[in-house]
Amino acid sequence: MNVHAEDAGFEGWRRQVTYARLRGAGILIPFLILFTVLSLTSSSFATKTNLLNILDQQSATLIIAAAGTLVLVAGGIDLSVGATYSFAGVVSAHFAQRTNPVPAILLGIGAGLLVGLANGIVTTRFRINSLITTLAMSFIVSGCASLVTKGNLLVLFDKPGFGKFARTEFLTVKTSIWLAVAAVLVIGWLLAATTAGRYMYAAGGNAEAARLAGVRVHAVRTLTFVLSGGAAGLAGVIDTSRVLSAQAEAGDTALAFTVLAGIVVGGTSILGGEGAVWRTVVGVLFIALIGNGYILLGLDPLYEQITMGVILLAAVGLDALSRRGT
Amino acid sequence: MARVAPLPATAEGRPYLELLGVAKHFGGVQALDDVSLAVVRGSVHALVGENGAGKSTLGRIVAGALAGDGGTVVLDGEPVAFRSPREALEHGVAAIAQEPFVVPQLTVAENVFLGREPRSGIVLRRRRLEREYARLTAAAGFELPARLSAGRLRTAEQQKVEILRALSRDARLIVMDEPTAALSGQETEQLHGIVRSLVAAGTTVILISHFLREVLELADTVTVLRDGRVVRTAPAAAETEASLVEAMLGRPLTSTFPAKQPVEADAPIVLSVRGLRAPGVEDASFDLRAGEVLGIAGLVGAGRTELARALYGAAPVEGGTVVLGAGVAAGRSPRESLDRGLAMIPESRKDHGLIFGRSSIENTTLSHLRALSSLGVVRRGTERKAARGVLQRCDVRGAQFAAPVRALSGGNQQKVLFARTLLRTPRVLIADEPTRGVDVGAKRAIYDILVGLAAEGLAVVVISSELEEVLGLSHRVLVMRRGRIVAELTGEAMTEGRVLAAAFA
Repeated sequence: MNVHAEDAGFEGWRRQVTYARLRGAGILIPFLILFTVLSLTSSSFATKTNLLNILDQQSATLIIAAAGTLVLVAGGIDLSVGATYSFAGVVSAHFAQRTNPVPAILLGIGAGLLVGLANGIVTTRFRINSLITTLAMSFIVSGCASLVTKGNLLVLFDKPGFGKFARTEFLTVKTSIWLAVAAVLVIGWLLAATTAGRYMYAAGGNAEAARLAGVRVHAVRTLTFVLSGGAAGLAGVIDTSRVLSAQAEAGDTALAFTVLAGIVVGGTSILGGEGAVWRTVVGVLFIALIGNGYILLGLDPLYEQITMGVILLAAVGLDALSRRGT
Repeated sequence: MARVAPLPATAEGRPYLELLGVAKHFGGVQALDDVSLAVVRGSVHALVGENGAGKSTLGRIVAGALAGDGGTVVLDGEPVAFRSPREALEHGVAAIAQEPFVVPQLTVAENVFLGREPRSGIVLRRRRLEREYARLTAAAGFELPARLSAGRLRTAEQQKVEILRALSRDARLIVMDEPTAALSGQETEQLHGIVRSLVAAGTTVILISHFLREVLELADTVTVLRDGRVVRTAPAAAETEASLVEAMLGRPLTSTFPAKQPVEADAPIVLSVRGLRAPGVEDASFDLRAGEVLGIAGLVGAGRTELARALYGAAPVEGGTVVLGAGVAAGRSPRESLDRGLAMIPESRKDHGLIFGRSSIENTTLSHLRALSSLGVVRRGTERKAARGVLQRCDVRGAQFAAPVRALSGGNQQKVLFARTLLRTPRVLIADEPTRGVDVGAKRAIYDILVGLAAEGLAVVVISSELEEVLGLSHRVLVMRRGRIVAELTGEAMTEGRVLAAAFA
């Protein structure tokens, strides 16, 4: 019985709105400031080559992070994306050495979808925390990747056909970037406009309430893991095609955490129920700009990681602050 | 049977515990208001009252689990203000909760001496621990194997562990909050025996209980609380179940309810329950007709919510049948139930009802999104229009419909839940505590919605801890006690006294 506590109403509501605004614009403003500063301080920053280069390098991260946003919104977390990325890469490389590019690409993405499906089923059906499930899965999948490569670097320099997947230029922009743009748009639309997206917000916001409202929470969460796995698969195939080689250790746990950092810096809550794909895009690019800035301005790269950590803490701190209002 | 209040053995008539003007409020709700009472040393002092009357709050203040806002607690002549249960324990005041606290992996003896194990340096003296345990059980007058792991004990035995723990710390005042609510008849008898022997040995017991018969049997003195105030304190010998019920209620039935529409005699049966067994529900059977409002009364924990959840498919059903209308089996999940025309408004809107971070519109349409989308894409315009319609019909006020639902007051949040249900009208609606934590104005609005729905031919089940509400809305009332339906009341028989008599028996 706390009638009045709940009725405390308007003041609290205004405070929340202010925080929401702060957080809503929060990532966009530092991003624009950083972009402007880099444009002014480095002549080579705001060039088409440099910017497209950043996008090309970030295409894999963007795709994985976009899908990872859905996992977080629905109340889960996927730490297996790094391993899945490598696994899909080596699977596609393995088959590219033997068959045509098309089946190799599809098999690579399919491998990612399968890992995602396994993640989804294990976390929902057996009610195991997704942090543990996907951590365990990343070991299993890494092992599988090593089985495929037998510890070798798979090279595809003699398979230029496979390289066309990510390296074809269309309207002077590489297909890796086009693929990333398309994936991000589709995933963002899925979250923002479809019933499935609505259910993801509900499942992450209050799983029991969602269930009682008739939402199939397990199915929705499984879908997010499948999408995350598929995205990691696509990203792995794209990078294999970009560099025409693959190895089992390519995207270890570091990738999973880079992706997570991008999502969280963007402002999606790790507690679920809130977030958006466009935020994640800005978050990932913000982190990429920091790295790019360190290189272009010739700063001591030792400080880059410290900067990253501080920014991550600031992002999470802001999230905690906005929740305290409730 | 009530004994004559014993004279304090030592302290020349001075009460062992005295409360003077104790007050406590939660937010704006005054849970306790100017409560004064005196507890005689070596007696059982019972606290009774309706749900929310403030009994448990009072018990928790005495035991140091809560701090009061005002007033004084005097223990054995000394004013005290415990800041924690630990501090209370150091002064000889222990609490035994309805759900006992034990560490399941440790043995019974280890649990009893948890935190004050006999030891030398950092080495546990196991043999001395068991010796002390044996001495303790002998003094308490009951047996419990020392080496059994506590996780394997039943609730009643775990309570014994708590009692032993209290005794091991030399507790002279024990607060028992609904100690028998989770016990079987035989276990209840055992506990009563223990309480009697404790009191005979000079311990003072404050007993909080819903079970009036138990109170009259055990207590020397009874204090009746209502709305956070003391109605009266009297010797148990001077009370009867009827006099206690009257004191607990103490208010006339007010006509804050819309007029009931008569149920047509040939109205079809839309919900038929036979021998339903589920966690917390035993052998429930009843029928419900279209247009009928069925009230389910009972104490907190009597199985009302469990029954609702089982009917709705939110909890597993262990046996029996539930049939909706002509030959339609009930759903086994909330989704199926909704599709078959059975909806539920859950007990706690915060935990089980609303997605607080999302808008009123999204919360309203959540159960029916498929009807408002094409090929999996939400048709925003249609959605907004449909949601607005029902939200206005349910008179939701206070913030824009696009604002997060947490911005709304409790009453308006509850109305959003009704709006969700009404977006696609079900045939059966179960409303669990539909007006909990809702102000008076919103209450009447919710009553109007419920009665209006019944008039349109919906079958409505209303579960409520507020008796007035159940009686004011329902055509018929079922009373539940310990998981069973123990009474069915209609017409003239629907009185607060009859319901309470069945609920407390």
